[in-house]
Amino acid sequence: MADKKTLTFALMDPPYENARSTTALRLINIAAKRGYDINVFAYEGSVFLAFAMQKPHPNAMHGRNVEEENHVLTKELVSSLMQEAMRNGGKIDWVNCGLCVDERGAVEAVEGVRRGSPADFLKMAATSDNTLVIVTRG
Amino acid sequence: MANYLLIESRDPYGSNDTQFCCDLAKQLAQQGDAVTVFLVQNGVFPARAGARADELSALAKAGIEILADEFSLRERGIPTDRLTAGVKPAPLDVVIDRLADGCKAIWH
Amino acid sequence: MKALNIIETGYRATLEEQDDPGVWLAYTLKAAGADVDVLLRGNAVNYAVKDQDAGGLQYGAWRQTQPPRLAENIASLTSKGMAVFIVSEDLQERGLGGVPLIESLTPVTRNGIARLLGNYDQVWHW
Repeated sequence: MADKKTLTFALMDPPYENARSTTALRLINIAAKRGYDINVFAYEGSVFLAFAMQKPHPNAMHGRNVEEENHVLTKELVSSLMQEAMRNGGKIDWVNCGLCVDERGAVEAVEGVRRGSPADFLKMAATSDNTLVIVTRG
Repeated sequence: MANYLLIESRDPYGSNDTQFCCDLAKQLAQQGDAVTVFLVQNGVFPARAGARADELSALAKAGIEILADEFSLRERGIPTDRLTAGVKPAPLDVVIDRLADGCKAIWH
Repeated sequence: MKALNIIETGYRATLEEQDDPGVWLAYTLKAAGADVDVLLRGNAVNYAVKDQDAGGLQYGAWRQTQPPRLAENIASLTSKGMAVFIVSEDLQERGLGGVPLIESLTPVTRNGIARLLGNYDQVWHW
């Protein structure tokens, strides 16, 4: 089993807009399977990744109803990743940037997500084995 | 000597800034650092054999390790046995490996 | 831990945020005690231009009273003791060679970026 590491990820992108949010969650998944301690600083639109009010919908083009479509809800991915990390002896500390939450009204987040600030990111980066910032694009 | 992981998510057809990653990789290698370029998302487009891939070719010529995310390749129907010279398929796990090893990682 | 913040995209959401989120974050991290510097590259080099004016936006009766003042924000980074590097060739290709820029910026060439990175424990590309 690999040595336990602590990794920090800083994210910026909201869900459903581009591929970066998917890759970010894939990376967190790999780290969670290894039982790493994972810090996530969700900045800007990425505060919506864990937004509790996401709802699935059917897809007429696919010819599927809500249940059949089983639409990806990133809030469920976030919760699942938290469970995966714990199952493997690690944990995820997911911090939503508070000001980003406020200006977007993304107040309700799934359980396990906490509100924070750049000071949290600084502490995370200073105490991790490594940090990856996944930048958005203009 | 430092270790760098440059993660290139952009392709040279839709972005004119992929030269940044290519030039940085070459400069780091020239100054004696170990550097890997990891292609992900649309960044794997030039990895398809026959695609316009000037920057990847330049990196390969400079002896720089170029890896391409297996999932991103598969997602785009790019066969892993027919890639641009110098590019190797790799699981995304490599990024976590390198982060865990302390590589300075830059996402582009 | 010493970190270099690379800010590249310019004018992404700056009118809504009333600043650049990468610049804001660098300033806030410094205020929280971080040892951080900034490298402006790509379109973000235009933030150094003195004569920017984003004022006057109005949506119906709503007027923006606090437009972004990006050059001032960059200047505030240097006044807080951060080194702010700026890529010379990126300025040149955008025709900014003879344009008044804010003071206290440190030019770096594209070829010099690799050496610059070696001075930092972490490189965060925003």
